[in-house]
Amino acid sequence: MLPPIFGVLFDGIAYGMLLFVLSVGLSVTLGLMNFVNLAHCAFAMLGGYVTVTLVNIFGWPFLATLPVSFIAAAVTSVVLERVLYRRLYRASDLDQVLLTIGLAFISVSVAAYIFGTIQQPIATPAALRGSIDFFGLGLGKYRLFLIAVALLVTLAMVIGLEYTRFGAQVRASVDNQRMARGLGIDVDWTFASTFALGSGLAGLGGSLAIEIVGLDPNFSFTYLVYVLIVVSVGGLGSIAGSFAAAMLIGISDIAGKYYVPELGAFLIYLVMVVVLMWKPAGLFGKR
Amino acid sequence: MNRLFIAGAALLAAAALPNAASAQGTVKIGVISAYSGQFADTAAQIDNGIKLYMKQHGDTVAGKKIEIIRKDTGGPNPDVAKRLAQELVVRDNVDILAGFTLTPEALGAASVATEAKKLMVNMNAATAVITERSPYIVRVSVTLPQISETAGTWLATKGGAKKAYTMVSDFGPGIDAEAAFQRAFKAAGGEIIGSVRMPVANPDFSAFIQRAKDLNPESIFVFVPGGAQPAAIGKAFAERGLDPAKIKIMSTGEAVDEQAIKAMGDVSLGRLSAWHYDYNLKTKNNPAFVKAFNDEFKRNPDFFAVGGYDGMHLIYEALKKTGGKTDGDSLVEAAKGMKWESPRGPISIDPATRDIVQTVYIRKVEKVGDAIVNVDFDKIENVKDPAIGAFAPWPANPESRKVCARYTSGFRVRTQLRANPE
Amino acid sequence: MANPTPLTPQGYLLARTRWHPLEIAFWLATLLPFILFPNYLSLASQIAITALFALSLDIILGYAGVVSLGHAAFFGIGAYSAGLFSKYVWGEPFSGLLVAAALAGLLGYGTSFIISRFRHLPLIMITLGLGLLAHEVANSAHWLTGGSDGLQGVRTDPIFGLFRFDLYGKTAYAYSLAVLFIVFLCARRLINSPFGLALRGIRENWNRMPAIGADSRAHIRKAYTIAAVIAGICGALLTQTTNSASLESISFQRSADVLVMLVLGGAGRLYGGLIGAAIFMIARDQFSGIAPQFWYFWIGVLLVAVVMFLPNGILGGLSAIVARWRRK
Repeated sequence: MLPPIFGVLFDGIAYGMLLFVLSVGLSVTLGLMNFVNLAHCAFAMLGGYVTVTLVNIFGWPFLATLPVSFIAAAVTSVVLERVLYRRLYRASDLDQVLLTIGLAFISVSVAAYIFGTIQQPIATPAALRGSIDFFGLGLGKYRLFLIAVALLVTLAMVIGLEYTRFGAQVRASVDNQRMARGLGIDVDWTFASTFALGSGLAGLGGSLAIEIVGLDPNFSFTYLVYVLIVVSVGGLGSIAGSFAAAMLIGISDIAGKYYVPELGAFLIYLVMVVVLMWKPAGLFGKR
Repeated sequence: MNRLFIAGAALLAAAALPNAASAQGTVKIGVISAYSGQFADTAAQIDNGIKLYMKQHGDTVAGKKIEIIRKDTGGPNPDVAKRLAQELVVRDNVDILAGFTLTPEALGAASVATEAKKLMVNMNAATAVITERSPYIVRVSVTLPQISETAGTWLATKGGAKKAYTMVSDFGPGIDAEAAFQRAFKAAGGEIIGSVRMPVANPDFSAFIQRAKDLNPESIFVFVPGGAQPAAIGKAFAERGLDPAKIKIMSTGEAVDEQAIKAMGDVSLGRLSAWHYDYNLKTKNNPAFVKAFNDEFKRNPDFFAVGGYDGMHLIYEALKKTGGKTDGDSLVEAAKGMKWESPRGPISIDPATRDIVQTVYIRKVEKVGDAIVNVDFDKIENVKDPAIGAFAPWPANPESRKVCARYTSGFRVRTQLRANPE
Repeated sequence: MANPTPLTPQGYLLARTRWHPLEIAFWLATLLPFILFPNYLSLASQIAITALFALSLDIILGYAGVVSLGHAAFFGIGAYSAGLFSKYVWGEPFSGLLVAAALAGLLGYGTSFIISRFRHLPLIMITLGLGLLAHEVANSAHWLTGGSDGLQGVRTDPIFGLFRFDLYGKTAYAYSLAVLFIVFLCARRLINSPFGLALRGIRENWNRMPAIGADSRAHIRKAYTIAAVIAGICGALLTQTTNSASLESISFQRSADVLVMLVLGGAGRLYGGLIGAAIFMIARDQFSGIAPQFWYFWIGVLLVAVVMFLPNGILGGLSAIVARWRRK
């Protein structure tokens, strides 16, 4: 029989993994392209609605919809990048904020128009429901699945960015854009594909989040604050940083609620403020 | 500056004062609701209820045409609600104010209803104190103490539970529910072994449920606002291995609404709740209402929709009684004591408090055929809002009286009222 | 631009303090609602309050380069303290305004020591965090603030004992507009003073300003406190004109909305916040009148269109167009 602290840790890690998948894309685009994309969660919402539609209307199995939601969010984001975002790479942060907030507003009402304001129910496969007993500790199967997916994503991203040609190009573009261009790297293409990757991950995160936090048209804004917290605490452009920050926020949120529920709502904001005052660039930030 | 001031004063004086009286033959109803934002679905369902009633009963009553003007508050904004109410009265010349998804909206608009002497039909907002804020407010929805106190009494007596743990969202309604449940549960001989308040913006419940589980309670009372949270907390119960078949999990209706039990699936089976409406109720008018609602909007009605529907019924009947007179005093008089058969069963308006009196149903989530629904198996008739009515006495024990007063702003007002009745 | 001779700093500042005919026209136009739209005065009053709020954000964001996502904390402090003051002390509005301004200023001065140490993203996130903490404090102090039901029992006496806050919002608009105008005059004076110039210098180059004798952090602290005072006044105005104070007045949504309005109008310009607030709120009122459920869509389209066609906000875009046209 394990003491409850392990259960708390497990839940915290699972919640942190969800936050990680939702936010790592924004961390990369903010760090790489210096683009403030407040519509990031709109891509997550898009992924969520793709999953809900495929499962509830077309009867697809839940797992099969995950890649589709990734692709749908990625493709949509590339279209927007080509049409709108690209023109603002050199504009001020504030203009970027205005544009992306505008897009988030539009996404909210488009979702409400198409899907209604209703809370979308989703039935996950039976294999992911309930919990398994681990030395007297009930571990939610869905949460185990969530952790597995997030670890896979992390692994893929680390390998992709550290050991592939594309990863080298991305890192080169981050470190010195002008030099990268000089070396013949197609920085525009690198930006677009990185952006697609980040948004695709958000879409995947949106699909995974439905089971834990639900889905309605306000999703674009509800999780924006959490995502921003993870990104800033982790440090811009750092995958390891986002991972550590998501873990820190997830675990401190759950542990705080368990041990000091009176502080429940305060704790993650306090953690953020304290971390940033200690390390303004975030845990793993370079700048 | 001086010149500006004089100009301003002159303009002030010149500002047009009287408005054209509302056109003869129309009754304008201003609906103030949170059509956008987090509570948009609530407003949408209220609106569906209104639309359905008007479709079924025509848009003419007592020789007057009914016209609806909709205004969006965007959320719990009393300042916006008050401004919209003012604008509806002075700009659009409405005769009746209606809607009110959320308590702050209703409280914000209450002073306008009083000053303009307009009937204000509260179709949803559930904090007990609202109807005391203006003599022109009539409520057709529900009050939270009405439900949670019934739940507490029932659970401790017929429900057979002696010990309970309470979990509520940490905001006004949640605290209202917590206080009312605990008071009634204790009054009926039960014991509260612990309680927790969860942040309103709370995406993950597992930690709170683990806390509850550590105490191994016999029963749990839950209040969370509608939306994403009911399904999330239900799933978290299942993950932590709290089985509704072994532990009595009692809640208000939001926590087991249609979307929530659909999302929870089988793990919701056995959940108990006390509530005033469900699409599965077999009252006289409900099956026809549900069918008509589905034909029109392709979804089931919920208690929001029935609030809008009954609110329109009250307006129509009051207008019939006054013969089309639209001043607030006549309409409120007509509404007082009104009784009718709603889809939720027989309901009436308490003439003393202008608050709703209705049946509270005790339900259990069960499988009927393939569908998972709330099945009502017990009911308590003619339940008033307990804090005013004779349903439950104010706690005699000074300690719990202090607790109640501290916990609920609504109750605190009442202690003052009791001390020096006006 | 028209002056070919190089200006002395004094001459530059003096030139800025002169009133442009367009400014006079703008302020005369604010009186039009009394005649033209007597039924829209409550809206006009809330626009005036929001415009002042946007102006206060402009002082730190537009001029000092401090992007804040938690400015509603001061608005909320002002709103609650004015409400509580009227509930427990007396309902005379001007004293309530002063109390709210003082409390918000005190909190602003306290937090300015944190704020002035940071820049860029950490700064935004720390303001956001502090704003959210303030919201949670207001939410958990049910006994004082009434929690999510909003503060009850606010009562505001007639202004000077004569002008009651009426149903048409006439008093409310006159009151809000007068406060807006007076505070605007102060802000205009401040921005066109050497202090205002130093703030702009800090925005452009944080490191160099101390070298020429302007301590960046001390300046930021002062500007932040002033902005907090003004935001507190706005909150108090809203409470007094509507007799209500709620959690929404201290929420993230309000911080974000005012930022959007300011950027929409054009940050770093005295009239940017005023124009932005007016356009945003009128658009919102009109769109939500047409489609109460989907007005977000049209607001979103408006924002995207402004970014695409008028970079740096409406005023920034327009002045760029005017400048280009003059050069031809």
